[in-house]
Amino acid sequence: MMNLKLHVWRQPSAKDTGRLETYEARDVSPDMSFLEMLDVVNEDLIVTGKRPIAFDHDCREGICGSCGMMINGVAHGPQRGTATCQLHMRTFKDGDEIVIEPWRAQAFPIIKDLVVDRSAFDRIIQRGGYISVNTGGAPDGNDILVGKDRADHAMDAAACIGCGACVAACPNASSSLFTGAKITHLGKLPQGQPERDRRVVAMVEQMDEEGFGNCSWFGECQEACPKEISIDVIKQMNHDYVAAAARGSD
Amino acid sequence: MTNPVMRFWRSTIGRKAVMAVTGIIGIGFLLAHITGNLLVFKGPDAINSYSHFLHGPGAELLWIARVVLILAVILHVAAAYSLTQQSHAARPVGYSMRKPQVSTFASRTMRWGGLLILIFIIFHILHFTTGTFHPGGDYVEGDVYINVVHAFHVWWVAAFYMFTMIVLGFHLYHGAWSSARTLSIIGDSPQPLHRRLAMIIAVVVWLGFTLVPLGVLLGWVG
Ligand code: FES
Repeated sequence: MMNLKLHVWRQPSAKDTGRLETYEARDVSPDMSFLEMLDVVNEDLIVTGKRPIAFDHDCREGICGSCGMMINGVAHGPQRGTATCQLHMRTFKDGDEIVIEPWRAQAFPIIKDLVVDRSAFDRIIQRGGYISVNTGGAPDGNDILVGKDRADHAMDAAACIGCGACVAACPNASSSLFTGAKITHLGKLPQGQPERDRRVVAMVEQMDEEGFGNCSWFGECQEACPKEISIDVIKQMNHDYVAAAARGSD
Repeated sequence: MTNPVMRFWRSTIGRKAVMAVTGIIGIGFLLAHITGNLLVFKGPDAINSYSHFLHGPGAELLWIARVVLILAVILHVAAAYSLTQQSHAARPVGYSMRKPQVSTFASRTMRWGGLLILIFIIFHILHFTTGTFHPGGDYVEGDVYINVVHAFHVWWVAAFYMFTMIVLGFHLYHGAWSSARTLSIIGDSPQPLHRRLAMIIAVVVWLGFTLVPLGVLLGWVG
């Protein structure tokens, strides 16, 4: 069992100004996940009549992407390739102080405490993160052949859970890793080809409109990504964007 | 319908592509410039006749190069400035604690380094091209050798040049690598953060330019 000191960003609503507040987390088991540790702190807060710490979470198994937070200055905390919900308290030691902050980006406004609004990502997806298919009978499974290396590339990019850690970790608050992952995921597959030019132009335009920064190749996003998506997807996005612009695609 | 060129420029990726292309033009120029500079070690005749060639038979080429380079600098700086503004606006409230994980010192000093290099370019043109500002001895039009020797006998001038070349080395260590990625002229890599060619370019440029003021200070030249 360990005792920790937490410095947590508290902000009752988007309009309020927030600040870091200090809490004691007592009798934390090393086997708890980071979110379970916060649950325990919240139980104490509720019992003493205080407002619990709001944080986003859903699956708690590393696949939904909702649990992002900045832990001691690192998106999703110190363990590589791990979402906050999969981070265990054994990565900390007794007496540690932990600073917990929400993602910081103009495009991710704070809703409450550690919860931010990531619907900017949804709007980027709406502009082209899909393929159009006609309805009808299910096509034959082997109708369109996909090479193994292409399939692997596409699946690596498709691992993105949209958590926003790339934006949070980027010194420019750029969403290039997210957008690049979607573009690579669909652009590597035959089904993604018909809309490929239009997709990249529209998604990049939306990403810029949402107020994300540009990519300076710091590499921080790749390191923060719980799915360890490579910055090569950004290279792919740039390539597709420049090619589409050269072809004069709208 | 919006103008496609303006739309390209307005997009973050478009401006990054402009920065990458203009940056690579700059690297090409620097490598040519170093080759010319090193003639100083072959003695006054070698470098002065090279200069006479550039200002005589090669004058048209020289002017084309100048125009391209000035345009490249303007575009590079304009894109950098507007992208920086955009990045600052993208995170109006910062973190109270933030630990960079993998970003290099070079990548995090691109903006300040770039500003210093810009100031240096202006100084350098006034110093050697126009001779407007030339401490350490009278500027002699066409006698590159004498001008170089005089210039770098002034310790602070030599120090300013050598310091800026270190900054330039860092700028290229990140810039050469990131330009290649922005333009996707290199393939995918299992270790995308590793950079070998950029390291070589950075060291060659730094060393190539540093040798001249160092040579004068140590008495190898002059
Ligand atoms: S709660 Fe779903 S990824 Fe963490």
